[in-house]
Amino acid sequence: MKILVCISHVPDTTAKIQFTADASALDANGVQFVINPYDEFGLTRALQLNEQLGGTVTAVTVGDASVEPTLRKALAIGAHDAVRVDAFALDPIQVARELSAVALAGAYDLIICGQESIDYNGGIVPAALAEILGWPVVSPCIGFDPAGGRAKATREIDGGKEILDLALPAVLGAKKGLVEESELRIPNMRGIMSARTKPMVVTAPQGANPGSAAVSFTKPAGKSAVQMIDAQDLDTLVQKLHEEAKVI
Amino acid sequence: MILVFAETWNGQFKKSTFEAVQYASACAKAQGTQALAVVIGPASAPVESLGAHGVHKVLHLHGPEQFETAQYAALLAGVAQELNSSLIVVSGTANGRALMGALSVRAEASAISNVTALPLSYSPLRVVRGAFSSKGIETCESRLPRSVIGLIPNAIGLKDSSDSDAAFEDRKASETARATVLEQQLASGSIALPEADRVVSAGRGMKAPENWGMIEELAKTLGAATACSKPVSDIGWRPHREHVGQTGIQVNPQLYIAIGISGAIQHLAGVSSSKTIVVINSDPEAPFFKAADYGIVGDAFDVVPRLTAAFQKYLN
Repeated sequence: MKILVCISHVPDTTAKIQFTADASALDANGVQFVINPYDEFGLTRALQLNEQLGGTVTAVTVGDASVEPTLRKALAIGAHDAVRVDAFALDPIQVARELSAVALAGAYDLIICGQESIDYNGGIVPAALAEILGWPVVSPCIGFDPAGGRAKATREIDGGKEILDLALPAVLGAKKGLVEESELRIPNMRGIMSARTKPMVVTAPQGANPGSAAVSFTKPAGKSAVQMIDAQDLDTLVQKLHEEAKVI
Repeated sequence: MILVFAETWNGQFKKSTFEAVQYASACAKAQGTQALAVVIGPASAPVESLGAHGVHKVLHLHGPEQFETAQYAALLAGVAQELNSSLIVVSGTANGRALMGALSVRAEASAISNVTALPLSYSPLRVVRGAFSSKGIETCESRLPRSVIGLIPNAIGLKDSSDSDAAFEDRKASETARATVLEQQLASGSIALPEADRVVSAGRGMKAPENWGMIEELAKTLGAATACSKPVSDIGWRPHREHVGQTGIQVNPQLYIAIGISGAIQHLAGVSSSKTIVVINSDPEAPFFKAADYGIVGDAFDVVPRLTAAFQKYLN
């Protein structure tokens, strides 16, 4: 099975988010970047499928040279090769179009994205990419088992889940459940060494236009100071929730 | 004409659907145009109830009974193209979110999800959306003449419905599905987290999964959804669908009660847009207190049953 895993280069989940002085972009100073956590579930499932079924796992990202360490980490975890589309990722529609060109060039059986990236939280790319390719999409995907050119996939829905039957090729939007947290792989020394020599192809972008653009960013207003309430006086809490917060 | 996808759930409309319909109606009013609600599927859907939220017309497409991304996207894109709609509103539910990417490609539209308020402007379309898992607020501008907006559930207050003068149209419609739903498994009696008004959430401070009875009891008293922290879902004490936080579900209820959760930055990212946060923790230094409106230092096993009793007394 030939699998393409889409990787986003995002601030670490513990990062404090700050914006540039002109409020136009993320201030990347001092921010540690990682593989988008949802993409890690997808990468791990891809490697598991590769161990069962053979084939290749290719990691792809859309970004300038600064994202290469994140793509190298995907190689260190076990992807066989990597593709970087040399363009700033501006918008999910642009990214989906650039990824679709990579997908078509590689004749993949399966593309796995994260269900969303934890930076811009769009959640748009998996279904947009599938629609451009005319393939089925399962997002958020919390289970996937291929057999003979078809697959059974589990999709999370509000208040439960559903089991889908579909023909490959397909696009998945990965979420925890596709693999468990405990199955995630950490690069070992051998992986890190071999990642240095694995192929990373840099391709020129198609020049797809973004559908939207970020104008400015602000931080949410902070909470006012917490009111501490005596654990023996819970009626006061109930009263405050009713009269002050007006939520009950 | 502004379109709104009126999502059904088990043949009914959810609160999030009415919010999306109200949002689309407000957009239409601001632009001096009209809003059209599109219902796909179940014949039993109570379409009359949509008219009361300000739409000019309800179009009921009879065909597919179950949601499938490509099929629903094609049906909605067809209506958008027929009516030359500039704006399509969907609710940010699991299905709505899944739909947006496919719909935007099919309808040659931009896609802006996580929207929290009415547009700042319409030409160009500018909206405010949550980004960086609620650690940031982005103003986003569409660069295309047509846009798909995904509205976060619970972001706008639902107004009392008014009298309806909406028109209704039924039409048979079908498009090709690319996947078949074999079965659905719904957690019985639970309230879907993303649109819950009240959430009772607990963490490792509960010490063991068998101690969740008191959490469920408190949630039941308040009509709240139950949730949990990431570590609790990772060790399998609670199902993944209850995991609230940066890599789990994002919630924005009126009331979020956190019990035995320390308040890691990843957890706060998923809950910080809650209107009122109550934190109960035995550790007075727990970082969650800094993000709370009301705090109680105490042992969950002592406080929670008494809090449930206090709420019961009030609600009676």
